[in-house]
This record gives sequence, structure tokens and C-alpha cells, in this order.
Amino acid sequence: MTEPIVKIRGLKKNFGQLEVLKGIDMDIEPRQIFALIGASGSGKSTLLRTINQLEEVTEGEIWFDGELVNQKLPHRQRERHLNQLRQNIGMVFQHFNLFPHLTALENVTLAPVLLRRSSKAEAIEQAKILLDKVGLADRADYYPSRLSGGQKQRVAIARALAMTPKLMLFDEVTSALDPELVGEVNRVMKELAQEHMTMIIVTHDLRFAEDVSDHVVFMADGLVAEQGPPSQVFRAPQEERTKAFLQQVFED
Amino acid sequence: MDIELIGRIWPFFAEAAWVTVKISILAIMLGLTLGFTAALASLSRNPVLRWPARSYVSLFRGTPALIQLFLLYFGGPQIGIHLEPFEAGVIGLGVNIGAYMCESIRGAIISVEKGQTEAGSCLGLAHHQVMSRIILPQAARMMVRPLGVNAIALIKGSAIVSTISVVELSYTAHRYISSTYKPFEMFILASVFYLAIVTIFSYGVKWVDRGVALE
Repeated sequence: MTEPIVKIRGLKKNFGQLEVLKGIDMDIEPRQIFALIGASGSGKSTLLRTINQLEEVTEGEIWFDGELVNQKLPHRQRERHLNQLRQNIGMVFQHFNLFPHLTALENVTLAPVLLRRSSKAEAIEQAKILLDKVGLADRADYYPSRLSGGQKQRVAIARALAMTPKLMLFDEVTSALDPELVGEVNRVMKELAQEHMTMIIVTHDLRFAEDVSDHVVFMADGLVAEQGPPSQVFRAPQEERTKAFLQQVFED
Repeated sequence: MDIELIGRIWPFFAEAAWVTVKISILAIMLGLTLGFTAALASLSRNPVLRWPARSYVSLFRGTPALIQLFLLYFGGPQIGIHLEPFEAGVIGLGVNIGAYMCESIRGAIISVEKGQTEAGSCLGLAHHQVMSRIILPQAARMMVRPLGVNAIALIKGSAIVSTISVVELSYTAHRYISSTYKPFEMFILASVFYLAIVTIFSYGVKWVDRGVALE
């Protein structure tokens, strides 16, 4: 048995009085494709965002690659510790968050160059390969304002991959897209999955989750309600809450 | 209206207008420097930086520019600060406008979406790299117009330095009124020069704004 790349123990998160995560335990193995599903407000996005500490946690532990993510450290040291960790955790957002003042290519090269991962020339070379991989080699010099939503999201994936992360986090990355643009982004993610990138995917797109993931976690009210392989969670759910959720979603 | 008189003395006003331009430009440069520093300080997480910046802004926005100028020029010598009128004018106007510019700059920085900071930190960039490479280039585009408004307010407001005998436009108008007894003509003439300066400056701001706009 390999050591999990992400290990979450007793994780709790409050926003003021509101308990969003009420005690989560979770193991993510290397090369696993992990899908987090559940109704809006179930805490799945918050859980994802605690892994790279975009959200601080109230209680519990998060381990990534053998290191405690949420260590209590003095401010400066904490920043350095997180910057180091985040270089190995790629993240893709619902609203792309591309840098609008930079071209597609510059969006991808910015971090590797600033963080001295590679020389400028190497970074450009690498970025071109990545843009080609997501099908946007011909858009390298476009500014984000001239790209469609699907294209922006594919650039965002290339930007995250440029740091050669060990883990990729996807936060509802197709929710803001027009329906006809969802497929192109899903295809890129599926390709990554086939290359055995470790991925945690928060999604409302259950068909995609079933298609691409090898482990599904259904969250409800800040807790893990059910988890298992997609064939089990989607086809033979054990919990009443899972059944109700699936029925409701697939009826629409 | 005494057109012949205006024709005779406008060159003196042109010379005075140049003083208004000089004092305004120097004060704007000082204001930008102070405003930028104070804006970054007030966005810092360190209270030792934040607190003085916030006090500076509320102090200088909360009291009349004229009183600040008098305090510096007339009150200064009492505590050992001796300044020429022109120097006191630049410093008085600059420190005052810096407080307003701070808020324009701070507003532009805050208005950059939170997602931009998140995307930058998720790549592993340090706080200062996110600021200088991601936030400021975007904020710069948004601060041009509000800073232009501040600068134009300063140009017009620079008339107050006539009270500490800087020989600029307003002072010159007053001086020629006492020898010609023609306040109407003198104030019209001064207004024309102010309007010309402000108009040229506004075009400059628009030009810069277009230059930095995103495609």
C-alpha cells in the first residue's frame, strides 16, 4: 500500500458561526482521480480550497506529500511554507482567473520564470508544448479577452501544469461555461486522467464524474455521506441521502 | 471690457501661469510618491505600516488645505522650519493631494478581483510577486482617471498658494487689480489661463488612459 498523497484528518471549518465542514477524513492515493460531488453548500469547494490553504481550517490536519500543510508557523515562515507547497499543487478555478494583462503564453510562463523553475527560453518552449496539448497552440499570443470561456479554461489548465504539479485541484471548472464549451474542457481533463495525474475534481457534472473518476465522494452538510468507486456510488448507492440527491439531479 | 488692457498685460499672466504649472507638477509628483507609499502601507497586514498611513490620510483629508499650508508656512518657523513661499507651496499642496491620491490608488488596487490574487498564490508566487506582477499592472489601468481627477483638483486648488505670496496666476490677478482697478478683466484673464492648463492636462490624462487600456 502506497502512502496517500493527501491525507485529511478530523477537518473542521467554520465561517463565523456557520459550520461548513464538520469533521472530514479522507485519503487520496497518488494517481487517483477523485471526484467530490454534492449539493451546493455541502462544503465540497471549501474542502478543496483547504488543501492548498486558500481557506484556513478551524481544526484538524491536512497532509500533502508527507508534509503537514496547516502547520502553525510565524507569518513569514508560513508564507514561505505555503508557497513551496503550492508550487506542487495546481489549481483551476470556476471563473478561470487568467491574468488579463498577459497573453495566453505569458500566463503560462509567468510562474516558472518568476520562481526560477526554468530559463525564459525553456519556459516558453514548455508553455508552447502545454498550449499545444490543450489544443491552443495557435492562440499563444492572444489576450484572454479574445478567448472563449472554454479556451480560457484550457489556458488555465496549461498554466497550472506549467509548474509540473504532483496534484491538480479542479473547482467546478465547467460550471461557468456555455454548454457547448464544456466538452472541450472535459476532454483535456480526461486526457490528464489517462496520463495518471492525481486529480481532485469538484463538479456538478455527474456524468463526467462517473466517466472519469475512480473514486467518488458524496458530501452532504459538511460531512462525507458516502464514498466508493463510481459504479457503486452512482449505480448502487447505499445511503438514502445519496439516492435522493442522484434522483433529483438526474430528473432535471 | 477693456480689451486693450488685456492685450497689454496678458504676457505677465502667461509668466504667472508657468509658475502655476511648475508648482502643480512638482506637487503632483510629490503627491504621487506619498500616495503610492501610503496606499501600499495601508494595504499591508502589518499595523506598524498601516496605522501611520491611515492617520496621514484622515488627517490631511479632514482639515482644510489652506490651514495645512498656513501651518507649514507661518507656523513652521516657530519649530525651526524655514521655507521659501514656492517650496512651502509645493510641499503643502503635495502632502495634501497625496492623501487623496492614496485613496485613488488604494481603491484601484482593491478593485482587482480577489481571484487574481488567489490564482497567483496558487502558483506558489510570493506576496510581493503577486502584487508587482499581477495586481499592480491591472490596478495601474484603473487608477489613471481618478488620479487625473485628483491632479486637476490640485491645479485649480493651487490658487491658495497666492495667500503665501507665491507669484502665480491668482496672485498676479490680485496684484494687477490693485494697479488697474479692473477686477472683472483680471479674473477673466486668470480664468482663461486656468482653463487652458486644465484642458491640456485633461487631454494628457485621456491619452495616458487610452495608452494603458487593455486591448
